[in-house]
Amino acid sequence: MTSEAAENVPAILAARALSKSFGPVEVLHDVGLTVRPGEVHAIIGENGAGKSTLMKILAGNHEPTRGEILIDGEPVHLSGPVDAEKRGIVLVHQEILLAPDLTVAQNIYLGRELPKGISVDDKAMNEGAAKALHDLGAEIDPKTVVRSLSIAQRQLVQIARVLLVPHRIVIFDEPTASLTPFETEALLKVITDIRAKGVGVLYISHRLPEVKEIADRVTVLRDGHVVAAHDVSELEPADMARLMVGRDVTKLYPDRHATGQVRETVLEVKDFTVPGYARNGSFELRKGEILGFAGLVGAGRTELMEGVVGLRRGHGSVRHNGTAVTFADAQASLKAGIAYLSEDRKGKGLLLLKDLATNLTLASIGKFLRGGQIDRKKEDAALDEAIGEFDIRTGRKDLLAGQLSGGNQQKLLIAKMMLLDPSIVIIDEPTRGIDIGTKEQIYKFIARLAEEGRSIIVVSSEMPELIGICDRILVMRSGEIVGEVTGEHMNENEIVVLATGVKTGEAA
Amino acid sequence: MSTAATETPKAKTSRDWDLRAVAPFVALALLLVLGAIANENFISVANLSNVITRSAFIAIIALGATYVISSGGLDLSVGAMVAFVASLMIMFMNSALIADPMLMLVTAMLVAVAIGAACGLFNGLITTVGQIEPFIATLGTMGIYRGLTTWLSQGGAITLRDRELQSLYRPVYFGELLGVPVPIIVIFVTAAIAAFVLYRTRYGRHLIAVGSNEDVARYSGISVKRVRTIAYIVQGLCVALAVLLYVPRLGSTSATTGILWELQAITAVVVGGTALRGGVGRIWGTLCGAFILEIVGNIMLLSNFVSEYLIGAIQGAIIIIAMLVQRSLSRRS
Repeated sequence: MTSEAAENVPAILAARALSKSFGPVEVLHDVGLTVRPGEVHAIIGENGAGKSTLMKILAGNHEPTRGEILIDGEPVHLSGPVDAEKRGIVLVHQEILLAPDLTVAQNIYLGRELPKGISVDDKAMNEGAAKALHDLGAEIDPKTVVRSLSIAQRQLVQIARVLLVPHRIVIFDEPTASLTPFETEALLKVITDIRAKGVGVLYISHRLPEVKEIADRVTVLRDGHVVAAHDVSELEPADMARLMVGRDVTKLYPDRHATGQVRETVLEVKDFTVPGYARNGSFELRKGEILGFAGLVGAGRTELMEGVVGLRRGHGSVRHNGTAVTFADAQASLKAGIAYLSEDRKGKGLLLLKDLATNLTLASIGKFLRGGQIDRKKEDAALDEAIGEFDIRTGRKDLLAGQLSGGNQQKLLIAKMMLLDPSIVIIDEPTRGIDIGTKEQIYKFIARLAEEGRSIIVVSSEMPELIGICDRILVMRSGEIVGEVTGEHMNENEIVVLATGVKTGEAA
Repeated sequence: MSTAATETPKAKTSRDWDLRAVAPFVALALLLVLGAIANENFISVANLSNVITRSAFIAIIALGATYVISSGGLDLSVGAMVAFVASLMIMFMNSALIADPMLMLVTAMLVAVAIGAACGLFNGLITTVGQIEPFIATLGTMGIYRGLTTWLSQGGAITLRDRELQSLYRPVYFGELLGVPVPIIVIFVTAAIAAFVLYRTRYGRHLIAVGSNEDVARYSGISVKRVRTIAYIVQGLCVALAVLLYVPRLGSTSATTGILWELQAITAVVVGGTALRGGVGRIWGTLCGAFILEIVGNIMLLSNFVSEYLIGAIQGAIIIIAMLVQRSLSRRS
């Protein structure tokens, strides 16, 4: 729909001068926006810009401190998410909120089961779920237990669940953060379909090309303020990035001076198998290089890495600096100087309810002992140093790790592992859910680590970032390493062909 | 680049957590006031020192339980373990293997400590290496320790027969050091050690990490199994320590010794502010919890408002109230 046509249509949902404070901190300031039927309105901004807070207010999860929400031009008071749902505003959460031990259909109908006498109508619910998923282009058996689904599939189930509610406004909170390019493509198609039905869509994303592709209008938030609101035709992704960050970000990836000389192999993995996930993985990692691992979600990249460092059961040959080694657990691999930074920062990387210093020194607490006692001053000094070195932005040093934004959590996790001074760093999805300004910093850190002579493996689903920072990229598909791209062959097309096994034209 | 990088200030900060840590002490203070109002004898040094002395067994066991619970575990076998270790200790002393009474007593104490540690190790290995839910594992060992005690005592009592040993051992419970009853000294020294290890050492840090998030601990190179197993051994050692105080008090055990002590210990830990899901351990809070349980009983005895037969019900209500208070504190912050 073109914006001129939309001008005449009254907004379904409007926010007028919304402000929200948590304690003394104002996270939203006089924010206004409108959503008209049949349009996709994208909200972009860095982490901490207030996007999620704004969405939560519109979905009834938070109450605004000031300002009002209007539905069909009438001011309303949303008493909670249930009330918002009744009025047709539904939110697709960024996190997966499903019961892992129930089936897909049971999850989709959870809390609104179809009755059949005093029992529930499983047949009808399975059929309904199958149809809902089919409409989303997802062929998932509704009788599957959610635990056995991939993250992307769970995301689709969650969307199906939300769309089952009669809706007029759908809010997507970074729905593509954990999706592969194809899954993203499918989701964007779903959104296009929803829009065609005259539903208004609010779409939050970090991925600017995606926003360019799908949105009709864009509102940019920075530090809780609306800094720009435009028709998408007026903005290119680079403009959006500049508006979000408040300065030019033309150079996202650092310059790397490839020395050209072949340096010694520090890690040699041969025929490594992680049962159920990866088969006969073989690769070499050289000193000072950045090696990328590309592939679709579920290709077995994470599992292969976890197997090599002893976090998962696996078998095969691993040679570290020429010596055959077997790591029984992360304690052993960390001791050997190999650090693995999990893609699951919140679940496996940091203790969210503990303070920053505790998290920082957790893996290396042995270095902070004096006579068997933890030296708190030394810990504190290390935190100061880490905050400086990795630019961890925290108002107060006594915050809990869970209170940091995603980007700062990642920086803290890197700082934590670097205290062990590892010679090999395996970093899984280094920038997932992280805003563009912080991404740039993370890339710089990674490049710096390589310049210091460390060897880096980057596992990522974002092809541009692999191409931007890696020396070579290995591609995995269905548990196997299917190819390597280097030099001028490092482009998305080559990677996609390897990752999917089909030419791009056929893939969709 | 933007400056506001921290989000969600709504969550708890470390300062708000302190509010929850203080709650048990406030409750204890309120109880002391209440007791003083209910009966003028309550607040006397003699009565209070008596109350704390009697709380020694539960307090010391609960210190160990604080470790197990902080690590994300649970030990239901401690009550049965008390009976088991005490029975074996008395039987050892009755065996007259060592002629010199002093040497016999010291050896018997070491034997008790060793058995306690072994029982704890057994619990730990079943839950960690055997990967059985702590609730089930220690429910099983509770039956084993209790059953073995019944079998050893043939359903009756096991009594320390040697008079000389009895009189030699008696001061360990009934004696005083610089005017302070020995059990009170043992409570506070044990708590001080427990607090030091939990708050100031590498092991303590690892224990809390394992309890807060096992995966994060594992990915940080911490041996989760080792940390948990040691927590159970610490629990076994605390049980043994409680036995060392218990035996001289009565000089006898039976199959019903220590019945329901595991629940009292867990109550003390939870009332003290330690999270049952792990990751937060409060040593001094646990002591507070143990004192609260004993003081409530004492007030009921001294006052005539409520029948002392209702002690169990009141203690049950305390744990629920404590949880409700903690919940509301955490929600507000």
